[in-house]
Amino acid sequence: MSDKDLRYTAEHEWVDARDGVATIGITAYAAERLGDVVYVDLPEVGAAVQAGTVIGEIESTKSVGELYAPVTGTVTEVNAAVVDAPETVNADPLGEGWLVRVDYAELPELLGADEYEALTRA
Amino acid sequence: MTDLSPDPASRRSPLHDVHAAAGATFTDFAGWQMPVRYSSDLAEHAAVRTAAGLFDLSHMGEILVVGPQSAAALDFALSGPMSRLAERQAKYTLMLDENGGIIDDLVVYRTGEDRYLVVANASNREVVAARLRERADGFDALVEDESGDIGLLALQGPRALEILQNLDGLDLRADIEPGTSTADAVAALRYYRAIPGEYEGRRILVARTGYTGEDGFELYTSPEILRTLWESLLEIGAGAGLVPAGLAARDTLRLEAGMPLYGHELGLSVLPAQAGIGRAVSLDGKGDFVGRAAIERGEPADPRSDFAGRVLVGLASEGKRAGRAGYAVHEDGGGRVGFITSGALSPTLGHPVALAYVDADRGEPGTTLSVDVRGTRIPATVTPLPFYTRAAH
Repeated sequence: MSDKDLRYTAEHEWVDARDGVATIGITAYAAERLGDVVYVDLPEVGAAVQAGTVIGEIESTKSVGELYAPVTGTVTEVNAAVVDAPETVNADPLGEGWLVRVDYAELPELLGADEYEALTRA
Repeated sequence: MTDLSPDPASRRSPLHDVHAAAGATFTDFAGWQMPVRYSSDLAEHAAVRTAAGLFDLSHMGEILVVGPQSAAALDFALSGPMSRLAERQAKYTLMLDENGGIIDDLVVYRTGEDRYLVVANASNREVVAARLRERADGFDALVEDESGDIGLLALQGPRALEILQNLDGLDLRADIEPGTSTADAVAALRYYRAIPGEYEGRRILVARTGYTGEDGFELYTSPEILRTLWESLLEIGAGAGLVPAGLAARDTLRLEAGMPLYGHELGLSVLPAQAGIGRAVSLDGKGDFVGRAAIERGEPADPRSDFAGRVLVGLASEGKRAGRAGYAVHEDGGGRVGFITSGALSPTLGHPVALAYVDADRGEPGTTLSVDVRGTRIPATVTPLPFYTRAAH
């Protein structure tokens, strides 16, 4: 999986959507800007989430970032390893640092890699 | 994710390119673009607690006060007994306004019989220089803002001394006992003392001061040789664990050490005693000074402010969720009794700590309060400051 294949939100989440399941995390840019992540608060498995609403929090020593649901659906899995070791978000934001998986019916329009990159350079 | 707006263009340190090459992330701080971290703020924080960290503080303001009546002028302009400082002694002091509120907190070095160096926060440099000029009017003393001509690095941590002792090109010999070395002079320098010398042919002031709760030094010198000083220190200190450290680590370090920060714990609405720094005000040691009458009256600097009637306390919690600046502090199961001014998950202690202003009758250590962390009440205990004290050596 290359970051070119992912979709993105303007709120700095990445989405790997396939077969009706979206794996969601925060981008390397967001992780870098936050600094060392020390606490991650994620929704419960089974929770219904609405695209565009806050479903979790990512705290660094310096600040708090909110995790927005990029899609509407049901949480099927959360990354317990990241809750135990929040620094994984910095070490591998697009891989081991994924946060939640959401079952969705319809994929909303999201940003492509080039669009997202342009956003972070603005 | 939100709130990740890019930094606006602003003033740059003479070391900007060096920081960028080292991979620094920058933040806008008081109009300056300064390194917030190089790689990991937790690693930089830990390095300062266990080995050493090097900070670029080029944004700080350095103001010289010179002249036969400089001591008297500063006694009037500032809260502390500046005329009582010995040469080479430094003092933490305050600039107050007529209401007793805090314009800025300062470190003042007496660098000669009639010379003082006043170090101000970056955001207050201009107002401090302007007020000093006004207040020195009528005294035979000159106030010069030298911030553009003085660079500042802070070398902080338990191994700072040995690193500085190994710095080639640092020469303090002109100013010490014959037969002693620069390394001896550095070792003999006491806390809150400063010694002048030369580094690479330029003047340098080596001070045993800092803002981290660790032993360490602050080095004032010409911006032209700041890069040489920075790179030389990092090179000779690498074996001892010295790393460059950014403003993120500086903030968590000073928070653990219980040190107030202007704009968070200190401001025009805060009387020194509320902030726990009444000791920086000298009512007995000298005559009149700006703010004295208001301090003696003891009324709030701004009765309508959220600070009025409240005192600065430390709060400690369990778990990992930290209260942040602006979060409300409540009575256990009750109403709002104050607010947090700085807070973080303490990297050294592993639990949340915060500085907060709470109603004066809720400030007793051991009092159980709660912090509203975005809708969740987290229990917090009033804790004596500092949260962290370095081991005696």
